[in-house]
Amino acid sequence: MAVLEVKNIGKHFGSTRVLDDVSFDLEEGNALAIIGSSGSGKTTLLRCLNFLEMPDHGSITVRGETLFDADNPVKGQERDLRTKRLHFGMVFQAFHLFPQYTALENVTLAEKLLAKEQPDFKQKRKQIFEEIEAHGKALLEQMGLAERMDHYPHQLSGGQQQRVAIARALALKPDILCFDEPTSALDPELTGEVLKVIRGLASQRTTMIIVTHEMAFARDVADQIIFMDDGVIVEQGDPRQVIDHPREERTRQFLTKY
Amino acid sequence: MFFSVTQALLDGLLTSFQIFIFTLLFSLPLGLILAFGEISRWKILRGLIQTLVWIIRGTPLMLQLIIIFYGPGLWLGHNIWSGSEAGRITATVVAFSINYACYFSVIFRGGIEGVPVGQREAGEVLGMTKSQIFFKVTLLQMVKRVVPPMSNEIITLVKDTSLARIIAAYELTFAGYSFMKSNGLTWPLFYTGVFYLLFVGILTLLFNYIERRLDYFR
Repeated sequence: MAVLEVKNIGKHFGSTRVLDDVSFDLEEGNALAIIGSSGSGKTTLLRCLNFLEMPDHGSITVRGETLFDADNPVKGQERDLRTKRLHFGMVFQAFHLFPQYTALENVTLAEKLLAKEQPDFKQKRKQIFEEIEAHGKALLEQMGLAERMDHYPHQLSGGQQQRVAIARALALKPDILCFDEPTSALDPELTGEVLKVIRGLASQRTTMIIVTHEMAFARDVADQIIFMDDGVIVEQGDPRQVIDHPREERTRQFLTKY
Repeated sequence: MFFSVTQALLDGLLTSFQIFIFTLLFSLPLGLILAFGEISRWKILRGLIQTLVWIIRGTPLMLQLIIIFYGPGLWLGHNIWSGSEAGRITATVVAFSINYACYFSVIFRGGIEGVPVGQREAGEVLGMTKSQIFFKVTLLQMVKRVVPPMSNEIITLVKDTSLARIIAAYELTFAGYSFMKSNGLTWPLFYTGVFYLLFVGILTLLFNYIERRLDYFR
């Protein structure tokens, strides 16, 4: 069964249509790449999945649980957003690390705040926090940042900051990890280290959605690919097939630019 | 003479200091409330606060002080401020608090809006509540942004306390001035200046300390 089912998502900003009838499924352990030119709606789609934007139409289902259904609104839908969001992790183009916290604190902050809601938090406070710290350290080590845990974001390079942001998103163990152009704000020499980390996650079968302009990377890493243009999915399927032998004229035109 | 001047100036300083401290105590939270009102989605509230800020920033503080001190007595037929020194200080604090809250609100609004939207969104996708995002993520970044403009306003407040003299509150400048008036002495005026310099000097050190403490992040 698909871990994520997105059906007929539509979104308008005022009278501008940004997404129209977007549907796709994502299998557990698969990586989905979304490509397309700027303004094609890729980022808005990711923002809808993380409920940073509310879709006007369609539904979002994770592991059989309908998180959002525009046609069949559930009472209190907005209020439950917080827990629904936790199904998704989000890595932003501009990192958005919290500047006043160290790398490790960035990774552990949300988990510590969530732990406070556990009923047995007061008795086990120390043990819970130790576990969270250990988990955070393990994640940063996995990102190759063992030596940088106590650094503040401004003391880190862009590539290091983005890797901290990935660890931060992973800390809450999301079902689906979303990347919004994770390397677009980086110098070419720093792009590689971030792509390597994402490649590593793919090889561990992390379920991911990656909005990217790195065609070669998308072709290598993704199990599925979606090409979007003007708010609609023009073509989707196997990445090699879509990138090497696109069926649609618009896909072909887009790919010649790369 | 030097001793009695010092004594009188210290008396004046106490009044100035009371005006300063109580004004800060009321205007800081009031300013924050006004700042939230200014960015509220409710248009009427926003309009009301913008009008208030325009009126308060657009007229002299001295005029506001005169209206607040003498106005109620003339409108209601009895003075709501007792004629004592305490009454004069209270009226001054009320006028100053409203005035400074308006200036602070604009600084706070700048601080709130200066924190990138991405910070809030990063908190949201990590499942934080609105109040967790405010207290754990944006507040300190806001504070860091507002410290330099706030230090300006607060230093101005020290010297604005001298306006209380217009309603005959015996504050620091009034104390120094009275020696010129009665004894023809000018040196107490310079001595008064030294009091202000020391007051502001201590505040400057304090603000430098706060800025240094917040220097560890950008």
